Amino acid sequence: MNQNRVDEYRRNFMTALGGVAAVAAVAPSFVLQTAHAAGEVAAKPADQAVTDAKRWGMLIDVTKLTDGGAAMVAACKKEHGWGDEIHSDATQKAHWARVVKVTDKLTQNSFSLPVMCQHCENPPCVDVCPTGASMKRADGIVQVNKHTCIGCRYCMMACPYKARSFVHEHLIDQKAHSPRGIGTVESCNMCVHRVDNGQLPACVEAAPDAVTFGDLNDPNSTLSQTLKAIGGKQIRADLGLNTGVRYHGI
Amino acid sequence: MASQAIIFRETKDGKGFYILLAVLGAFLALGALAFFNAEHHGHHVTGMNNQIVWGLPHVFAIGLIVAASGALNVGSIGTVFGKKIYQPMGRLSALLAISLLIGGLIVLVLDLGRPDRLIVAMTTFNFKSIFAWNIILYNGFLALSAVYIWTMMDRQVKGYYKMAGIAAFTWRLILTAGTGSIFGFLVARDFYNSAVMAPLFIVMSFAMGLAVFILVLHFAYSWTGRQLGNAVMNRLRYLLAVFIGGVLLLEAARHFTGLYIAQKAGVENFILFEGGVYTQLFWVGQILLGSLLPLSLIFCRKLVDNRVALLLAAAFTIVGGFAQLYVILIGGQAYPLTLFPGAEVSSDYFDGVINSYVPSIWELMLGLGGVALTLVMVTIGVKVLRFLPDSLSDAVADPHSK
Repeated sequence: MNQNRVDEYRRNFMTALGGVAAVAAVAPSFVLQTAHAAGEVAAKPADQAVTDAKRWGMLIDVTKLTDGGAAMVAACKKEHGWGDEIHSDATQKAHWARVVKVTDKLTQNSFSLPVMCQHCENPPCVDVCPTGASMKRADGIVQVNKHTCIGCRYCMMACPYKARSFVHEHLIDQKAHSPRGIGTVESCNMCVHRVDNGQLPACVEAAPDAVTFGDLNDPNSTLSQTLKAIGGKQIRADLGLNTGVRYHGI
Repeated sequence: MASQAIIFRETKDGKGFYILLAVLGAFLALGALAFFNAEHHGHHVTGMNNQIVWGLPHVFAIGLIVAASGALNVGSIGTVFGKKIYQPMGRLSALLAISLLIGGLIVLVLDLGRPDRLIVAMTTFNFKSIFAWNIILYNGFLALSAVYIWTMMDRQVKGYYKMAGIAAFTWRLILTAGTGSIFGFLVARDFYNSAVMAPLFIVMSFAMGLAVFILVLHFAYSWTGRQLGNAVMNRLRYLLAVFIGGVLLLEAARHFTGLYIAQKAGVENFILFEGGVYTQLFWVGQILLGSLLPLSLIFCRKLVDNRVALLLAAAFTIVGGFAQLYVILIGGQAYPLTLFPGAEVSSDYFDGVINSYVPSIWELMLGLGGVALTLVMVTIGVKVLRFLPDSLSDAVADPHSK
């Protein structure tokens, strides 16, 4: 190889390196700007442990959801790739989120809302899991450790929201950021891979006008301020689980 | 301990022994096939789904586990409460308890989504989980029952007999309370979530365990040509009636309170009146065939000392126990979760509707495999060790009846 070719490679390498550096410098502010559209999310440095300084949560304004949350469910499905199992029948397929229509028996008042893991402060699924695979992060996100889940499904028996699914078959073409596995339980993880990178959960991005995402521990966050101003109800508040997902208009 | 007149002996070699093992072995093979099928393809080959997450394997597993602790009672009555007529049966009682528990646990373990991770379950404990407690309780029960057998078989450790018996008895009560509490602590589901589940499971275990014991005792003696008198069997007969009555009492208390509490009234009405197969299983399976029929067979004056009537009573008690567990487990899950009290809910994922479940042949095979394993363990146990008294004829057993 002659010297000119080596120099050419060196120049290309340096140019590419400069490009990467420029993108790295600009991208975070770009991402944060996007995130600010419906809430505040700061990226968590990968070398730092999760703390309880924040508690992530969201407020879903059902009155502003023209589709009842269908777009949110579709975004979740696309982000995590669930529900396309080939061999499982309709009752066996995974559902991380779904649109539920509610009609009051007495008044006939009706509304629709998306139901997913409610990220309880006191999650029954975490209490009953024998191995601790079902766990709550310090920042309030409830998820399943796929390495220690033995597939006993006790967490599914315990969840009042039917928010968890068991994977009934071998999976192919999984999303790299959302690993799933046969014989284990899975559920909405509040798009933890996005939140840690300073992005909003996929469902929140799909309904920016109706959903506010942010830190429930920060009284000045947009989420806390909105909750204070317009309120937010829990599904099955009587169970005392203090859910991280709240609804307005139910 | 029993008098020296009681002689324990292994069962003899014979064609019957090998035929029995062959038949049970066939069921074991079917169970293994069912396991490998689900392991290879995933649980979509079963009837279980994301609405009914625990199915027929769990009915078998919990049935066997519950019967295990109950089977130990015959020994406990002899040891803890000093009833001498029961003492010669202590060894078989503990063997049956161990065998039933292992049979139940194997079904439970092989139905896990990831049975290959059993080591995780044995080494990583979340002590807030009643399941994690149960793993310790089950292993402790196996160990204590083994020690209990040891104190009954080895004269050198005879001094520890009573202590081992009391420890095993206490442990089995805690164990079954733990099994009932698997359901009792579930706030999500209206049909569970009740403190009465623990005592209900304890009494259920008394009845099912004794019924299994009666059948095993009878066939072990009749197939090996040994004598089994009415003194022993009549004791067990009336004890069975007491336990069946106990189950009925607690079931009545559970359902009446359920009907009274507005929150539970919906699911109670579903189970008792509108639940189709679950209602039929409750009234016909559990109450009529599983409780009233055995009680009639036991107390009918014309059937006093009638061995067939007792065996039928025991068999129907087991049928009733399984029907009861099926109603609790599957019926409790079939009734939809209450997301919004006082409202009707619907979705494209079966909200607000009665969930359907049809057990697959694989689940039945796995469950029967667990039963077969239990019986293989008992058959081999009485063959190689001295579990069975040579005779339990009235002449031998009656003098010890106080």
